[in-house]
Amino acid sequence: MDFISILSVFVMACFVGYYVVWSVTPALHTPLMAVTNAISSVIVVGALVAGAAEGSVVSKWLGLLAVVLASVNIFGGFAVTERMLAMYKKKEKK
Amino acid sequence: MEHITTPPWAMLAYLVAGVLFIMALRGLSSPATSRAGNRYGMIGMTIAMVTTLATHGLASLPEIAGAIAVGGGLGFVTARKIKMTDMPQLVAAFHSLVGMAAVLVGLAAYLNPIAFGIAGPDGVIEVQSRIEMGLGIAIGAITFSGSVIAFLKLNGNMSGSPIMLPGRHAINLGTLLGIIGLVGYFTVDQSPWVIAVITALSFAIGFLLIIPIGGADMPVVVSMLNSYSGWAAAAMGFTLHNTAMIITGALVGSSGAILSYIMCKAMNRSFISVIAGGFGAAPEASSGGAAKVQRPWKRGAAEDAAYLMKEAENVIIIPGYGMAVAQAQHVLREMGDLLKKSGVNVKYAIHPVAGRMPGHMNVLLAEANVPYDEVFELEDINGEFAQADVAFIIGANDVVNPAAKTDKSSPIYGMPVFDVDKAKTVMFIKRSMGGVGYAGVDNDVFYMDQTMMLLADAKKMVEDINKALAH
Repeated sequence: MDFISILSVFVMACFVGYYVVWSVTPALHTPLMAVTNAISSVIVVGALVAGAAEGSVVSKWLGLLAVVLASVNIFGGFAVTERMLAMYKKKEKK
Repeated sequence: MEHITTPPWAMLAYLVAGVLFIMALRGLSSPATSRAGNRYGMIGMTIAMVTTLATHGLASLPEIAGAIAVGGGLGFVTARKIKMTDMPQLVAAFHSLVGMAAVLVGLAAYLNPIAFGIAGPDGVIEVQSRIEMGLGIAIGAITFSGSVIAFLKLNGNMSGSPIMLPGRHAINLGTLLGIIGLVGYFTVDQSPWVIAVITALSFAIGFLLIIPIGGADMPVVVSMLNSYSGWAAAAMGFTLHNTAMIITGALVGSSGAILSYIMCKAMNRSFISVIAGGFGAAPEASSGGAAKVQRPWKRGAAEDAAYLMKEAENVIIIPGYGMAVAQAQHVLREMGDLLKKSGVNVKYAIHPVAGRMPGHMNVLLAEANVPYDEVFELEDINGEFAQADVAFIIGANDVVNPAAKTDKSSPIYGMPVFDVDKAKTVMFIKRSMGGVGYAGVDNDVFYMDQTMMLLADAKKMVEDINKALAH
């Protein structure tokens, strides 16, 4: 992909993010932070590329270390979000 | 120069992952849809990871699987064990990991550019990729060291009071300009020292930016670092030409920025003044003798409070961070239940900056099984205090301080606050009369005619009220 199409995706995504995040209810702002944390670990994609590549041993190990860090975040982030969201309950109907 | 071509199916898969991440955030518009949203997020992440492994990683699968298992296991166990009161620290710690991962990925890409498809066979990295890489590493490093400081402050390993270096604005500005200049220079010289200095300076600036910021501003800092971690991911996405990373980075970046904005607005502070730091420092002696005059106040007992609330029609409970410190959320919910049994209408009112991160109080109340439809935000409930028989303040202080409305010299002037002075009776749980809120200012609510000060540990006091209510 050329730079302009990538930039287009980025700019559009910023607008989508803007509107989607404003629609998040303030009661869920903590889970929002936890889940954005988890998804920003999509950086693991880059870590996997580095960890899988041949050609530079240092680069490979840096990549694998990054995979470890990102995985902490992915599993931890989604799990803690799930745990929090499970606590939000409505009033019990009598 | 041609990039290593990603197969079209993989590009589509990354796009799908990006869309699933958008849906994950979209789900959070209501607690009812939020869990489905989280699942979308998980599916998106699985798609992104499987796609990458399928197109790149089959040869090194054992090592990678090991790395995922180690990190994943650690993350999962932490997420299960963490106390809800410690959520701000956890989030700060997680941010630091994203930042560090971005730095490592950036350095790995620098060392092995051919594998990332950003250099020709001669190893010369494309100019545009150098900028993206430099920025990605810089933002990642700032996120890392900033989050580590935020973590230490939130976790109590480091004093929450601001640490002010002399000439810090000049140092910070100089360091920032140095980083930008070096990223520019990196486009003409790709020697290792350039990237090394960019990395080192960025770690330093993250540290320098956060140490002068006081405990009261931590909600803003945590949100801001949330935003940075997103921009770091987006910068790496540009380097890798990966839509999933770019979409996610933009989402997270906007999310953190919006949360920072909401927090700043709720404290009536400008973003710049938060970044400049110093708020919440020891109050200056210049406040003069007038404010220190002893004023009369009334002390109440648990029995009085129980009696008054039982007879009340409407009770609004205002929890603050003190409630979390005292771990009083569970007994508070019991109190709410007992009152409801007596036919009292109980509501909870939450200020946007209550707690140490956006929405922290809501999670704590949810943990204590308070139904979320009894919990209201500032602007939705503030009009109801005039009809309230009791405003019950537990562990909050600055967010009910009328000085924010009347006293132009107050550091919290202009901050939106709860109109508790309109309630018939105000009950204020506080450890002692000596302490002040984060902002270090006295509170007129203590001395109002209708105010009853309940001086005790929050949990102990609510337990005593519950005993009295049960009779």
